[in-house]
Amino acid sequence: MSQDSKKKSNLINALEFKTSTFSVPVLMLASDDMGLLEQLLAQKIKQAPEFFKNSPLVLDLQEINKQGFIVDIIALVDLIRKAGLILVGVRAGNVLQNKQSLDLGVPVYAAQGRESIVESQRLTKFQVETPPTIESDKPQEIKVTVPTTLITHPIRSGQRIYAAGDIVIMAQVSAGAEIIAEGNIHVYSTLRGRALAGVLGDIDARIFCFDLQAELISIAGNYKVSEDLGASVRNKPVQIYLKDKSLIIKDIVLHH
Amino acid sequence: MARVIVVTSGKGGVGKTTTSAAIAMGLAKRGHKTAVIDFDVGLRNLDLIMGCERRVVYDFVNVINEEATLNQALIRDKNCNLLYILPASQTRDKDALSQEGVGRVLDELKKDFKYIVCDSPAGIEKGAHLAMYFADDAFVVTNPEVSSVRDSDRMLGILSSKSRRAEQNEEPINEFLLLTRYSPERVKLGEMLSVDDVQDILSLHLLGVIPESKSVLNASNSGTPVILDEKSDAGQAYADIVARYLGEERPHRFIDDKKGFFRNLFGGK
Repeated sequence: MSQDSKKKSNLINALEFKTSTFSVPVLMLASDDMGLLEQLLAQKIKQAPEFFKNSPLVLDLQEINKQGFIVDIIALVDLIRKAGLILVGVRAGNVLQNKQSLDLGVPVYAAQGRESIVESQRLTKFQVETPPTIESDKPQEIKVTVPTTLITHPIRSGQRIYAAGDIVIMAQVSAGAEIIAEGNIHVYSTLRGRALAGVLGDIDARIFCFDLQAELISIAGNYKVSEDLGASVRNKPVQIYLKDKSLIIKDIVLHH
Repeated sequence: MARVIVVTSGKGGVGKTTTSAAIAMGLAKRGHKTAVIDFDVGLRNLDLIMGCERRVVYDFVNVINEEATLNQALIRDKNCNLLYILPASQTRDKDALSQEGVGRVLDELKKDFKYIVCDSPAGIEKGAHLAMYFADDAFVVTNPEVSSVRDSDRMLGILSSKSRRAEQNEEPINEFLLLTRYSPERVKLGEMLSVDDVQDILSLHLLGVIPESKSVLNASNSGTPVILDEKSDAGQAYADIVARYLGEERPHRFIDDKKGFFRNLFGGK
């Protein structure tokens, strides 16, 4: 190989384009009330501040445009950035919205269903999971295993625990305490506080507890407050899961 | 090795100062040199309960600000020469306390005293935070009613996450439950939570139950810690608590309704 051609091949290797699939939360809006949106966004972020901090985000305008709302893209982008999120795309915008987005340096993606660069298969309000790739030459996915959080001491009133995966608690959760997990929640004692499982939209997440006396239970945003919990499910071991968007509370002990 | 005990509750009016005075006196009476500090800057009361209000010259804030030495500010108790009181300032507020200052005073006290009892103010703000921050043991004073129990639970959360021991990943603070103003009759009538109810909610080691007793008010008014009233039920209950804290086994008293028992026995009112 001549010196020249060697240099050439090095140069070729110095830069390479590859396709990769990333999981990015998609924000779907269904209102043009900026005040309301700001308030709701702040609430969502408060539930999982660590997750949302500097998180990339794609803004989906499909619903807004379908309902004929007129939104100010510039103000909307400003609102999202102020909330500490990093906008990496606007999807399903109209001609004007796309132009405004590009002017702000935000890439534009086509609506879902059509060819899109950011692949989003399972769309819950916040999409996180990357679907398994079947063909090996498809873009590689980065798989991150989140360890289970184990807690052996009581969670007292006013304490708040956030787990990026599953959480197992071997002591009681007091009234006024809050357990928030992206995965499942297990409480091997009395659950008196709030338990929010699958907070990023995992509808398969479950809550298990030895003694249900919770103030609030929630899976992927579907919740029940204490008042909704009948005597038949209280004060005993139960599991809570989501079926057709409603919370099912069942005895944990299966009688065969 | 000296131990720092915080008497705390979250809620006000549950008996923190009464308890601080009683257990400090109890420990001193058993031969341990003890200091009791009033952390309730601006709303000082401990000096009244200890009956030394007319001997206050310098206070805790003066010592923190190095305007007086510890020896100048400590007041020797009139009933027990192993007990010293460090009163709070009445003319200042909680901001006069600083973490470094409190730490420095406690370190100095530790050289000379076996037990240092910190009487916490109510609430979870600065005064209460500093009172518990350096603690080794915590006496959580709770009344048998829901709001007091919840506030105690909140305080337990703070003890296990915001104390020096928690921050430096040391062995956690030993937490003990003291149930005060307990009235077995009212528990029976369903007007009060029972010992079991409270323990179920707090799941905490019960150090003792202090019955609701007029001897507590009398003791406060006369400026003598109730533990010195050896005939009173509350005085005996505090003596039991001190004994248990020091490792003695003593059966729990004042939990059952004795009057009720006799009432039932004689079938009358």
